[in-house]
Amino acid sequence: MASDVSLAVDERERRSSGARLRRKLNSVSTRRAAVSIVVALLLWQLGATGPSWLGMRIPILGASPSPVAVAQAWSHLVADPNYWRSWYLSLLRVLFGFASATLVGVPFGLLLAVHPTFRAISYPAFELLRPIPPLAWVPASIIFWPTQELSIAFVIFIGAFYTIVINVLGGAEAIDVRLIQAARSMGASRGNIFWRLILPGVAPSIRVGMEVAIGITWEVVVAAEMISSGSGGAGGGLGFFIWNSYIGGSYPNIVVGMISIGIAGYASSTVVRVAAGRLTPWQRA
Amino acid sequence: MNASQVPRGALSLQDVVKIYDPDGSNVMAVDHCSLKVEAGEICMIVGPSGCGKTSLLNAIAGFHDIDRGSIRLDGEVLCGPDRRQAPIGPDRVVVFQNGALFPWKTNLENIAFGPIAQGRLSRAEARDKARAMMAEAGLSGYENDYPGQVSSGLRRRVEIVRALINDPAVLLLDEPYRALDALTKSVLHESLLEIYYKTRKTIFFITHDLEEAIFLGHRVVVMTSRPCRPKRIFDVDIPHPRDYGVLTSKRFREIAAEVAEAVNEEALKSFTRGEREG
Repeated sequence: MASDVSLAVDERERRSSGARLRRKLNSVSTRRAAVSIVVALLLWQLGATGPSWLGMRIPILGASPSPVAVAQAWSHLVADPNYWRSWYLSLLRVLFGFASATLVGVPFGLLLAVHPTFRAISYPAFELLRPIPPLAWVPASIIFWPTQELSIAFVIFIGAFYTIVINVLGGAEAIDVRLIQAARSMGASRGNIFWRLILPGVAPSIRVGMEVAIGITWEVVVAAEMISSGSGGAGGGLGFFIWNSYIGGSYPNIVVGMISIGIAGYASSTVVRVAAGRLTPWQRA
Repeated sequence: MNASQVPRGALSLQDVVKIYDPDGSNVMAVDHCSLKVEAGEICMIVGPSGCGKTSLLNAIAGFHDIDRGSIRLDGEVLCGPDRRQAPIGPDRVVVFQNGALFPWKTNLENIAFGPIAQGRLSRAEARDKARAMMAEAGLSGYENDYPGQVSSGLRRRVEIVRALINDPAVLLLDEPYRALDALTKSVLHESLLEIYYKTRKTIFFITHDLEEAIFLGHRVVVMTSRPCRPKRIFDVDIPHPRDYGVLTSKRFREIAAEVAEAVNEEALKSFTRGEREG
């Protein structure tokens, strides 16, 4: 009996979020991850500062700014509103392109899945356009759209759209026909089957599509910003920030921009993963 | 679950023919099959893999049409010369092999689905009824679990309750306990009989498992290997209510030996033809 009680206490302790965080931070895998990062930074520092201790330049790494230089550059940039404006602009574009791709892509994929005629008419064209990489759309997009902002958003939209549509379509096709038969034999109408079966049945695929698509949007936004800045515009954003640092010769800032994108991409993927996970509560187990 | 109702669910199959002809191959799945199932009977259909048993069940459920013959439920024509495909409806609910619970609905929501979809009950009423039926079937405590969180045996019981809440005339069970281990099966058999004694629903039950067939059924219909038609019909003269003691009785063994012989002939035919599992 006594052991039961202590087990229950252990359980409560184990479940409290503070304890969970502490245990996670103390775990072997966290410590290994820390070692991995520290060693990588150390090697980078040694490589970048090759001439001072080795008397010669190490290829590749020797051309890069050292982590210390990057950290210094970053500490200056943190106070620079232009740096944060780059973050803001890129985030806004990703959000806009991603949201519009989701809003258009999910219904489009569902329509393809449930409407054979619509599918017969639009799928071939869709499949023809799909292999065109988003960046190949940049020049056309600049011509199509009145503002630079819209052309960047469109390219991002293209990047996320196909992934979402293909996932929704695949998910809808993978729904077990017996589920639909069971629902019909229990008296479900067509509308019922769509809202209560197809939609939740597709939700896991919508989630996967969104998770993959958010990663693609970051690839695309940076490239689109670089290209648009090359064409004389000054649209800003993290891609522009990197390109501008390269043109201006401030190499530590290039690395700051790269790491910033890494952080922004990771953070937005996490947000999407958590938010989209709510679409499929039954898969949490 | 009202115990005493006018007995309903009498099925009458008359010369049913089903031909699959997707690419001119002309496979006859069901050949002039005639069979009567009485209201309140547990009728077990046994036959080798791929013999066309499921085609028969799908025709009764209305999932596909028939090419000739007719199927009646309580005297009314479900499908016949004038209407090749039966309407799909909650008077004939199917429980499938491997189960077809909606993974995104909790067990309770799964059970409440039918009455809500048919507009028979409000959401709250349906949930109350579902909860009461779960309690009666010994499933209390699992209301808010998703099907993926409970054992496969429990899922089958939830699925039977989900069918029953629609108050069907006949339950169509398509090898519902296939792929379960023997111990789980025996528990589920007894719980199905318990439900049957309360509701006296007609049960049309397809299986491979001879022991299951004889233990549950009033009659065991052994089907010929494709095309499918009744080969022999065995009356299981062991009185209901039954429990697992029946399995070791002399009469059970005698019937089992007879049924096994009849099935074995057909299984051999089907095996040499290399039928797929179906």
